Amino acid sequence: MISIRNISKWFGEFQALNKCSTEVGKGEVVVVCGPSGSGKSTLIKCVNGLESFQEGEVWVDGVSVASRKTDLPKLRARVGMVFQHFELFPHLTVVDNITLAQCRVLGRSKKQAVDKAVQLLEMVGLVEHQPKFPAQLSGGQQQRVAIARALAMDPIAMLFDEPTSALDPEMINEVLDVMVKLAQLGMTMLVVTHEMGFAKRVADRVIFMDRGEIVEDRPKQTFFENPETDRARQFLSKILTH
Amino acid sequence: MLFDWSSITGSLPILWQGMIVTIQITLVGALVGILLGMVLAVLRLSRSRILSWLAAAYVTVFRSIPLVMVLFWFHLILIPLAAGLLFPGQRLELGLLTALTAFSLFEASYYAEIIRAGIMSVTKGQFSAGLALGMNRGQVMRLVVLPQALRRMIPLLLTQAIILFQDSTLVYVINLDDFFRKAYNIGNTVGTLNEMILFAGAVYLVICTLASGCVRQLHRKLIVLPVK
Amino acid sequence: MTFHLSPVLPLGAFDFSVFLRPSPEAVLNNLSYLLVGLGLSLLLALASWVVAFVVGSVVGVMRTLPGRILPSIGVCYVELFRNVPLLVQLFVWFFVVPDITPLLGDRFKQQVSPFWQEFIAGTVCLGLFTAARVAEQVRAGIGSLGSGQLGAGLALGLRRTQVYLLVLLPVAYRILIPTLTSELLNLIKNTAVASTIGYLELAQRSASMAETTARVYEAFTAATVLYAILNLLVMFLARALERISALPGFLGVGGNK
Repeated sequence: MISIRNISKWFGEFQALNKCSTEVGKGEVVVVCGPSGSGKSTLIKCVNGLESFQEGEVWVDGVSVASRKTDLPKLRARVGMVFQHFELFPHLTVVDNITLAQCRVLGRSKKQAVDKAVQLLEMVGLVEHQPKFPAQLSGGQQQRVAIARALAMDPIAMLFDEPTSALDPEMINEVLDVMVKLAQLGMTMLVVTHEMGFAKRVADRVIFMDRGEIVEDRPKQTFFENPETDRARQFLSKILTH
Repeated sequence: MLFDWSSITGSLPILWQGMIVTIQITLVGALVGILLGMVLAVLRLSRSRILSWLAAAYVTVFRSIPLVMVLFWFHLILIPLAAGLLFPGQRLELGLLTALTAFSLFEASYYAEIIRAGIMSVTKGQFSAGLALGMNRGQVMRLVVLPQALRRMIPLLLTQAIILFQDSTLVYVINLDDFFRKAYNIGNTVGTLNEMILFAGAVYLVICTLASGCVRQLHRKLIVLPVK
Repeated sequence: MTFHLSPVLPLGAFDFSVFLRPSPEAVLNNLSYLLVGLGLSLLLALASWVVAFVVGSVVGVMRTLPGRILPSIGVCYVELFRNVPLLVQLFVWFFVVPDITPLLGDRFKQQVSPFWQEFIAGTVCLGLFTAARVAEQVRAGIGSLGSGQLGAGLALGLRRTQVYLLVLLPVAYRILIPTLTSELLNLIKNTAVASTIGYLELAQRSASMAETTARVYEAFTAATVLYAILNLLVMFLARALERISALPGFLGVGGNK
């Protein structure tokens, strides 16, 4: 489904990604972890073209992301993304946030879009907050709406960029629960996160990145029990003491 | 559509005379404006409600009317009035004096706001620290708050001076010959009005672009870099 | 040029009946003379504001776009219109442009009435001048939203124009209401400069009235009061607009961050 082949990216002199390669198959849940500055967010943003890259290729469901012939907006409509800071549109109600792209990009009728929105809000447990504005919701609620907004586009895959990093501790679980549910429903997911509990529960594979490189890329079990590299071992020991 | 630029070289001396007037207005207006602006800012921040209110009224009045009107006011009323009181019966050339006074008092209201905002941008914590060390209000203002405030203000003060430099052209309405008026007059007399207007515009463009470029550099050195 | 004021008018001796006496134009009285001036100032200001808002928004948006060409055009525009004095710009539009524009220019000078010549030159000049300032505000407004909002919109498959029109600008304009209001107030004051090309707006009329009636104080006080009232009116409307467009719970950019 998602194929990242040898991509390298530079911000001026600084190399953010160094020959990164990996595959995410249909229905797979892959977690990307690593210290800050390791390039995790940059990597995931290359998948839907929000970040460009100088070398390598990225293919999503047979479409090359970097190719000039690719209709990028069309591709992005098929891949959902959830951001660290939620990024709900503050001037639109919850329902309008979810219907905006459905109508403008997919061409659905307002009624279809609203029905879909309500259905998804039920799934994330926020149906009664329909008419509210994002600023009236808590962080955890906003993020759940953001997930619903991305799901409304019926994506073939979902990208998560540190979805719980900006949340207060007591709200992290409500978001993780939604993500677990999604994984169990068979969604293809690429998740950048520090939440190892989530990884242990539903991830198929874990990727460890450090300084722009993919250092480890292993099935969940083997990664946690027996990391190959010292860097990964150090990282795990620091994180897992919580 | 042929332009005749030849009249420019010959008229440079006259234009320079006009430029002197422009520079005088800019310098005096800015310096007096800043000094008076400081007084006004301090008055607005003072504990006395009357003083604060008076300063606020001054600033509000001057900021809600056009500069053109202020120039008319001074030209038709206030300066002749003062001249009539101080030098009764004499006919005086009051054009430049009118401009200098009007601009100084007008700019003061704008400078007052810049300075007040600059002072208020220095946090209360700094003020408290000064007081805690045993300084009185005046000392804290002078030794702690104002130096910090000045660094933040300087780019804005200079920008306002550039605006003043441009606004000095409005002495046109009181028939004072600044650089632009001279250029206009020459153009009218010789018949090269278009060329003179464009030339004057180009001169202002070059001077102001360079000046604002310098201010931007200064802004980076004073404000942006130290924070990093 | 000196102007002698022999009797020093004490403030108590305001002669308000001067407003009811015939005006310099011999049309109605002085008060209506001034009020018409106010109306003309306002008319010029509103027409210019339309130009300034549209052009300024376009230029401001251009400066936030990726690439080199469009942002550079934006920078050049702003630098050009901010570094030449307003009066000089006005003279360029009123004198120079009609003179050097081949066909339209001659038609403009010969077939358009003086009033409309002044009005059009004034509108174009003030509009483009103010647009440069509006552009800076719009650029800052969009910039303050952060790149996240743009990213979120693009990630949903919206095209860049759609993200700007549906997401970025609606929020940016709300944030910008206070600064745009003060630009409008500046614009109203700047209409006085149009008097130099013969547009009989309020400031010029107050000076005319002062000279013909010799009632200098009354004339200028009236004009000052009228400008102040106009100021208050604009600020009142701006605050009403802020209240109408306010989003519940939204205190400013970066709410829960």
